Amino acid sequence: MRHLFRTDYRQDIALWRHNGDRFWYGLLVLSVLVAPAVLGEFYIGELGAVFIFAIAGVGLMLLVGYTGLISLGHAAFLGIGAYTNAVLLAQGVPFLVTLPVAGLFTALCGAAIGRPTLRMSGLYLAIATLAFGSIVGTVFQKWTAVTGGFDGFAVPAPYVFGISIDGATGIYYVSLAVLVLVLFVAANLLRSPTGRALVAIRDSEVSAQSMGIHLARYKTLAFAISAGMTGLAGALFAHYVRYLAPDAFDVLLSVQFVTIVFVGGLGSLRGAVLGAMFVRLLPQFIAVVRDDLPFGIGRLPGLEPSLFGLTLVLVILFQPGGLNGMWLKTKQWFQAFPFKRQASFRRQKTYARSERLR
Amino acid sequence: MEDAARILQLVVNGAASGCIYGLIALGFVLIYKATEMVNFAQGDIMMLGGFVAFSLIAWFHLPYWIGALLAVIITAAFGYALDAIVLRRVIGQPQFAVVMLTLGLGFIFRAAAGITWGYDSVGFNTPFTNKTVNIGGLVLGEDNLSIIVGTLLLCGVLYLFFSRTRIGIAMQAASQNQLAAYYMGIPVRTIFSLIWAISAGVACLAGILLSPVSMIDVNMGGLAIKAFAAAVIGGFGSIPGSLVGGVIVGIVEQFAGYKLPAGFQEVTSNVVLLLMLFIRPQGLFAERMGKRV
Repeated sequence: MRHLFRTDYRQDIALWRHNGDRFWYGLLVLSVLVAPAVLGEFYIGELGAVFIFAIAGVGLMLLVGYTGLISLGHAAFLGIGAYTNAVLLAQGVPFLVTLPVAGLFTALCGAAIGRPTLRMSGLYLAIATLAFGSIVGTVFQKWTAVTGGFDGFAVPAPYVFGISIDGATGIYYVSLAVLVLVLFVAANLLRSPTGRALVAIRDSEVSAQSMGIHLARYKTLAFAISAGMTGLAGALFAHYVRYLAPDAFDVLLSVQFVTIVFVGGLGSLRGAVLGAMFVRLLPQFIAVVRDDLPFGIGRLPGLEPSLFGLTLVLVILFQPGGLNGMWLKTKQWFQAFPFKRQASFRRQKTYARSERLR
Repeated sequence: MEDAARILQLVVNGAASGCIYGLIALGFVLIYKATEMVNFAQGDIMMLGGFVAFSLIAWFHLPYWIGALLAVIITAAFGYALDAIVLRRVIGQPQFAVVMLTLGLGFIFRAAAGITWGYDSVGFNTPFTNKTVNIGGLVLGEDNLSIIVGTLLLCGVLYLFFSRTRIGIAMQAASQNQLAAYYMGIPVRTIFSLIWAISAGVACLAGILLSPVSMIDVNMGGLAIKAFAAAVIGGFGSIPGSLVGGVIVGIVEQFAGYKLPAGFQEVTSNVVLLLMLFIRPQGLFAERMGKRV
């Protein structure tokens, strides 16, 4: 078992806790970099999609896992990012400009929705984003002059420094770069005073406020950053699907994003990536076993949403730490090897906490 | 004259669908006032209630009134069990966990209903189906009137229940201050489960009242988003407010369908909801409160 001896205050906020972290994450990055040389085109495409979902997952993790707010409209932000990117590309703007512009524009939309609603309790954000998502979906359908409506919108091929990155491998590398960037930004944000303010808001709004944190401002900031990251994911998503249809960005997709956060494990960036892997793999898994299930269960129309719902319910009830929590428990089991006790992972008894205004 | 009659008809239709939204919103508000949870599965409980009534009336050939009463009781028992078995476990977890839990439950209910009753719309015969009354030259559907009358009756019953009976007063006490209610010997956990039961029963009644106007199908729970608009307009904590909010949303929707091009009627409730949050987020019937530490 590794014991960390702290000899410097900077160790508390270091990005890497020790050399073991550097080694294993370095190895992971290296293996992901060489993966296209080994794996087939299909797997690279799927892995690229996992990266794209992980980018949105990191954004949502900042909001849900670290600020304690929930959004049920992140599919709309993905859609805004996707359409902004595609429409600008069709105007002849280079990809290296449209990608950040898509992110920034989505962040602005997020701030515009968040600013008025976040004066109230976090619950209102869930309801407002649900409504916002359905309005944006309708706008995508009806604003045919820009989005093409149900005819769809063919996304032009992106070029980086004159090289076309239209294939699965190109999107894979760009998504990987954006994911690493987004993870770096999130990790840095979380060790800064801003990140600490967000965590304080999550743990208790009243005490955060009495420490001098401007609640509405920080909540709006978190929501805007979260929306912006999802917008970046949307821009890449446009290239992944290549053909934008307005009904792709519905509530179910938003629920999938939230599932990423819950299944991965609230309050951990690693969890966002793990959750994205789960959410992308589940439909593939269903597709494989669909015909082998008894009683025709596999051919029910509502199978996929109900499985996502079931996963959410089971995780919240029985494994609130998510995949990341399972990983930590396993690690601890091995580190403490013969000494794991029944009580090691027992959950503390929780009591109702009132946030009610009175 | 023609136009005035048309407008009056729109108002009545809007008020009728508004009453349904109000009834669903009433379910949110009851649960929110008591437990600070918001039940995103309320619309799906309404759907289940509608299907239970359908099986009792169309499959077991019970008379309408008995079938409806039984369905309300069964759905209420379901609501009680839901709280006692599932939702009691998440007490103390953050609010957003409860939001996602109920949303997940809603998806499961939808799948379960799809497996049990199929994905086609169904309906059953009610005493109000396809009948009209003529009041002074104004032709109104009895189905719409039955919704309005039923809602008003239910509100009267609920008002009497909460103000006159011991359990009702205990519910008010538990939702005002849980700890003090415990000290007074009120079984708070049972009371909360009973509130879930009432809220599920109200949702079931909404489903039964709605069935002559629109068919029962698996996705009818989507109405819940309109009920959110109703609850927010009412201030999310006020029972009369949610009904007034529901009627406002219903009427605005009818007029949007009349005046605006097709397809915009569906989003009017969402637009109303967002506008309300921008202009007056505390709702029309806000209670003034400070923050408890």
